[in-house]
Amino acid sequence: MYASGKYSSRGPALIPRMKTKHRIYYITLFSVVLLGLIATGMFQFWPHSIESAADWTLDKRSVHDAPLVRLPVSSPIPERGDLSCRMHTCFDVYRCGYNPKNRIKVYIYPLQKFVDELGVPISSTGLSREYNDLLSAISDSDFYTDDVTRACLFIPSIDVLNQNSLRIRETAQALAMLPRWDKGMNHLLFNMLPGGPPDYNTALDVPRDRVLLAGGGFSTWTYRQGYDVSIPVYSPLSADVELPERQPGPRRYFILSSQTAIHREYRAELERLKEENGEALLLLDKCSNLSQGAASARKRCYKGQVYDYPQILQESSFCVVLRGARLGQAALSDVLQAGCVPVILADSYILPFSEVLDWKRASVVIPEEKLSEMYTILKSIPHRQVEEMQRQARWFWDAYFSSMKAIGLTTLQIINDRIYPYAARTYEQWNNPPVVKWSSVNSPLFLPLIPPRAPGFTAVVLTYDRVESLFRVITEISKVPSLAKLLVVWNNQNKSPPEESLWPKIGVPLKVVRTKENKLSNRFFPYDEIETEAVLAIDDDIIMLTSDELQFGYEVWREFPDRLVGYPGRLHLWDHEMGKWKYESEWTNEVSMVLTGAAFYHKYFNYLYTYKMPGDIKNWVDAHMNCEDIAMNFLVANITGKAPIKVTPRKKFKCPECTAIDGLSLDQTHMVERSECINKFASVFGTMPLKVVEHRADPVLYKDDFPEKLKSFPNIGSL
Amino acid sequence: MQAKKRYLTLFSAGACLILLFCFGGIQVPLSRRGPNRRDDRSIAGLHPGARWRRFPGSLQPFSSWEQDRSDDHNEHISPRQKRDANSGVYTGRRCRMDSCFDFSLCERNGFKVYVYPQQKGEKMSESYQNILSSIEGSRFYTPDPGQACLFVLSLDTLDRDQLSPQYVHNLKAKIQSLPLWNGGKNHIIFNLYSGTWPDYTEDLGFDIGLAMLAKASISTENFRPNFDVSIPLFSKDHPRTGGERGYLKHNTIPPYRKYMLVFKGKRYLTGIGSDTRNALYHVHNSEDVVLLTTCKHGKDWQKHKDARCDKDNAEYDKYDYREMLYNSTFCLVPRGRRLGSFRFLEALQPYAGAQKLREGRRTLENFWEVEGKAGSSAVSKSVDDDMIELELGLGGGLTWQMMPCANQQGRVVQCRSQDKAACVPVMLSNGWELPFSEIIDWNTAAVIGDERLLLQIPSTVRSIHQDQILSLRQQTQFLWEAYFNSIIQDRVLPHTSRSNLMWNSLPGGLFTLPQYSTYLGEFPFYYSKLGVKPYQKFTAIIHVVTPLVSQSQPVMKLLVAVAKSQYCAQVIVLWNCDKPLPAKHRWPPTSVPVIVIEGESKMISSRFLPYDTIPTDAVLSLDEDTVLSTTEVDFAFTVWQSFPDRIVGYPARSHFWDSNKERWGYTSKWTNDYSMVLTGAAIYHKYYHYLYTTYLPDSLKTMVDQMSNCEDILMNFLVSSVSKLPPIKVTQKKQYKETMMGQSSRASRWADPDHFAQRQTCMNKFASWFGTMPLVHSQMRLDPVLFKDQVSILRKKYRDIERL
Repeated sequence: MYASGKYSSRGPALIPRMKTKHRIYYITLFSVVLLGLIATGMFQFWPHSIESAADWTLDKRSVHDAPLVRLPVSSPIPERGDLSCRMHTCFDVYRCGYNPKNRIKVYIYPLQKFVDELGVPISSTGLSREYNDLLSAISDSDFYTDDVTRACLFIPSIDVLNQNSLRIRETAQALAMLPRWDKGMNHLLFNMLPGGPPDYNTALDVPRDRVLLAGGGFSTWTYRQGYDVSIPVYSPLSADVELPERQPGPRRYFILSSQTAIHREYRAELERLKEENGEALLLLDKCSNLSQGAASARKRCYKGQVYDYPQILQESSFCVVLRGARLGQAALSDVLQAGCVPVILADSYILPFSEVLDWKRASVVIPEEKLSEMYTILKSIPHRQVEEMQRQARWFWDAYFSSMKAIGLTTLQIINDRIYPYAARTYEQWNNPPVVKWSSVNSPLFLPLIPPRAPGFTAVVLTYDRVESLFRVITEISKVPSLAKLLVVWNNQNKSPPEESLWPKIGVPLKVVRTKENKLSNRFFPYDEIETEAVLAIDDDIIMLTSDELQFGYEVWREFPDRLVGYPGRLHLWDHEMGKWKYESEWTNEVSMVLTGAAFYHKYFNYLYTYKMPGDIKNWVDAHMNCEDIAMNFLVANITGKAPIKVTPRKKFKCPECTAIDGLSLDQTHMVERSECINKFASVFGTMPLKVVEHRADPVLYKDDFPEKLKSFPNIGSL
Repeated sequence: MQAKKRYLTLFSAGACLILLFCFGGIQVPLSRRGPNRRDDRSIAGLHPGARWRRFPGSLQPFSSWEQDRSDDHNEHISPRQKRDANSGVYTGRRCRMDSCFDFSLCERNGFKVYVYPQQKGEKMSESYQNILSSIEGSRFYTPDPGQACLFVLSLDTLDRDQLSPQYVHNLKAKIQSLPLWNGGKNHIIFNLYSGTWPDYTEDLGFDIGLAMLAKASISTENFRPNFDVSIPLFSKDHPRTGGERGYLKHNTIPPYRKYMLVFKGKRYLTGIGSDTRNALYHVHNSEDVVLLTTCKHGKDWQKHKDARCDKDNAEYDKYDYREMLYNSTFCLVPRGRRLGSFRFLEALQPYAGAQKLREGRRTLENFWEVEGKAGSSAVSKSVDDDMIELELGLGGGLTWQMMPCANQQGRVVQCRSQDKAACVPVMLSNGWELPFSEIIDWNTAAVIGDERLLLQIPSTVRSIHQDQILSLRQQTQFLWEAYFNSIIQDRVLPHTSRSNLMWNSLPGGLFTLPQYSTYLGEFPFYYSKLGVKPYQKFTAIIHVVTPLVSQSQPVMKLLVAVAKSQYCAQVIVLWNCDKPLPAKHRWPPTSVPVIVIEGESKMISSRFLPYDTIPTDAVLSLDEDTVLSTTEVDFAFTVWQSFPDRIVGYPARSHFWDSNKERWGYTSKWTNDYSMVLTGAAIYHKYYHYLYTTYLPDSLKTMVDQMSNCEDILMNFLVSSVSKLPPIKVTQKKQYKETMMGQSSRASRWADPDHFAQRQTCMNKFASWFGTMPLVHSQMRLDPVLFKDQVSILRKKYRDIERL
């Protein structure tokens, strides 16, 4: 013992003197320590393993361990819900305040187990699987905060999804005991199955004061518009069954009714419809020979024939969703998932998320009284619309119905949109399925306006050092009546622009802007000096355009202020041999681009080009010193979905002195480079936005047999 | 052995250490994630303030299958009884369409509106008369109460302010005595003002029973969703039809303007609606947020004056408001005594405001004189408040733009040209159900603030991006033009069948009739929004009025040429000739189907009927004597595909304002611009057939039929009023123009000297019905890209157009 004490007190100092055998132990020990350290380091920097390690420590957590709270009989009960509550009266907006991210903060109360004085719990189920999913999804979202003082919205962990499992009075008392209750202000409750026999109220019966209710099955009388949120009734089948998305189109059956709990009056009426219309209708009911339980929920029968549910829903164009005892039906969710268009017969029902979702695009709502006319009504819907609705229905399910997470986060987003209306998601964002979002365009200049002629246009001339040519261009342009201002962008950093006295004397203001770098994108910079809406981009060597042609170009731009209006036109073609895009400048019958060496466009596109150009296109153009015009054509076509307008006949863009103006473009290598640009840009945009047209704009009387002097623009097309 | 043991002990101790270290290592990052992490672990996430975590393990589902069974469907009462029970319970303030409206009346005869005959001796305001006459002039009007589905009172309910001279007394008794009142079922009641000083309640002073309420300044608490209609407050000189276009002419995207947010108005020192305006000074920074108030109003303002009044009043006078607001991006529209008021419409359209202010002042001045003489203090107080209300209403956020115009009567035109700045309204009126809120998505046109968060308004508007401002401004103008610039009866009656997109995107819900189709892709307006294209073929409709005598008749050539087009799906011959139909074999053989329809009425309007036999989106409308080549048709159709919402045609005409005769003139001369294309040879969307037939009033269509003239002008009016754009002229062979005036039946029509005079008359008749001149001029024509270019003709795709 003594020796061991001595050895150990000496510790590592003895190691060198130890025998090999002992040394091995030490080495093993140290390597284990080292390995341990490395492992620790790995844990530190591997977030995933942290999570799993955390779960491992928490595996003992269970709902049964939740602290018990005993409710005294005399514990206060909140007031019944106030029907006149609105956001501005019952919601404390100061808690949400201003927030740079425009996002509300949501706090979730920790789980407690409420029992009455006899120890009987307030709910027969306690925390349900779905509510657990819902709260977990919220806590994982960026709405969540665990700081109760910063929260704007509070969610109790008392599960009230299904009123049937609740003891109403005790639940209300439990709510009132929440530490931040304050009359239920800013509290959110989720309830999917409200009411109970015999009258089945359409909103949760638990007295709840000012609570915001996210309820499934509201009627127009219990729903407080702009305050409550109408949510779907979650269908547990969603988690179990995977239905692949089907292409929209005609289905085997026209109308399908698959609900089991249909009132006999309605079933009789459906059967009458079935008699009249035969095979087009499929009327299913529960299977009498199957035992009850989950398995029977997945089967439906018609005259002894068994069908799989919900798969059978995919075989029909329309699926009936009839009210039962309650207005909200879980079947709606199944039907949407199957991509079947729901036919909703539930008078006064507030459809799920109707505050933001446009149900007219995904469903048919028919008054219950009109059930007998259902077939005629549905037959009158155009086929194309049915297909749209099928697609829309599935999209609604995917985005807003598919899980408790989707339902919970959609609810919070709706409340968020109310609190920060200026940052709310738009109708398109809520309602357009991805395929439409991708292919549709919402032009930023959507209002049909023909701007007045008077403000004129600003000509922006990009120049490097061709002073003589520049001065000629300036002199020529200054003859155009609607010119308001001339802006010369001096792109040469090594040389100063000529002295003021040397510049041509013209009747409009002339400004020179010196740039910091010789970049092509300087041409499209939104200079403060540009005060007019219309901009004429023009190269310093375009002297062949007549004043009539330029003025006419401006007039055409006024009629198409959201397009590029230019002179030389170009085309993109698909090269089948090479399997890629090709640039074409030959005499073609079509146009898809105009060169910005001479083009009118809206000032807004300068702003877009400079700040909103997708990907690295802008830098790419600057680095290659080429294709800025193609980039601009892509940008405008992509955001407006419209083709440019080529004005006036083709000219030989050649000036007598300078040998090549268009000459540069004719060069072979140049053409290859331009083709490359098109391919590059198409891949950045992810599509080919350019639109091909076969027309150009000429003055009304162009080439007509009419005295030239009476024409507004006689000097057009001269060479 | 000993050593081995020792090392084993050491080893295990080391291992323990490592393990501990490991935990520690995990602890460090975790505790960094949340301050309460340690508590969290110790009591497994159950401590207040702890992070919520998913509970593992299986939990019960929220509803079990057995439970579904227990809600047995046959136990609860019959749904029909339940519905009937509802209509008994949910009445009055809880009315909904389901419970208080009798749909069966509408099913019988469609949506027809009956207006009670006006009683002699009943006073009625001009505004109410305007509403009634616009209903009577609409396609929904019926003079037979037995046919009606909706009833409109002839008793003026617009002004229910007891102290107002427009107030109709004894309304309760008068209404109860109406034979068709039926408890108010299927009635609609219009109201602009309710309640009076000091609380301005929303009580109308009589029981409206089951009637619907179309009311201005309605609060969300009192609003019965899908039943009531919130309308904007309008003045009596608000145009009945076709008001002016808005004043946004430029889509400028400037560097930020000098001012961000501005307001100028009076503030109430006490009483309802005074809080927000009294607090405005907190936000005022004299730089880019300029919110100015004055206490000077009424006679006794000095009595209520508070500490800030003098300072505010001084600041108020310091600014040149016109300059200030011309340079502002947003303007504040705070509530007044009532939730909404005139200022709202003015925010949408400043110039209209200017004019109204003038009128409004004049009215009020009279009002003041009359009532002022009465001398009662209660009355004068009320009038005073109303005066303030109106002035603030008019002045509101936009006083600056209107003041100069208002002060210098008769110089409005000058003001107009300066009213080009459109600022985006920032609404501050908690609990106001915005006008037509059920159909209009106000978030896309205005910034809706919360009165309680006044202090945050500056940072809010600052955070709004340029792109969004650009779009807000355009949307504001679109809404103005589509719904607010006149009181067409459509605008105040409930509609439920249009989708949100129809209401909130161009050209607006009133031009998109859901009876035509519920699918947006069948209208000419939504192709790009939906990312779809129009159908790639057209249907030709040839209008024939002369009998078939020879095979060389122009109509034969035309039919063959058109049918040869690669884009032609079908030809419809509309036989509007008095002679019987020719035998089938007399028509030339074509590769596309030819359908002959015998016109029933033989009227010219029948060429624009929405025939079910048109399978395509595009219609090529043709006169029988039109001369067209296949190439011309092909080219025009490719052009139309780029402009599906316009008319694309060949010969063009123009309109002008004849200042000598003070009326619109029509010219068929060759001019440098045009505003119409003849529908004797034009391509347009099939939907315009439907619109022509159902949207236009019978009076105009009858006029056209009787003269057998002007149908093309009317079609151009209609399409331009929808699209707000000119038609498109494409190039044509020269011969067409010459033959146009040359031969046959049509020639007699064109040669007729009356013909031209008629067209002149038509122009003016149409313009007065539309309330404005919808036609727009264009100076360009679309030609094929290589048209008349000096290049081999073989390279040209549409070479035939150049050949003579």
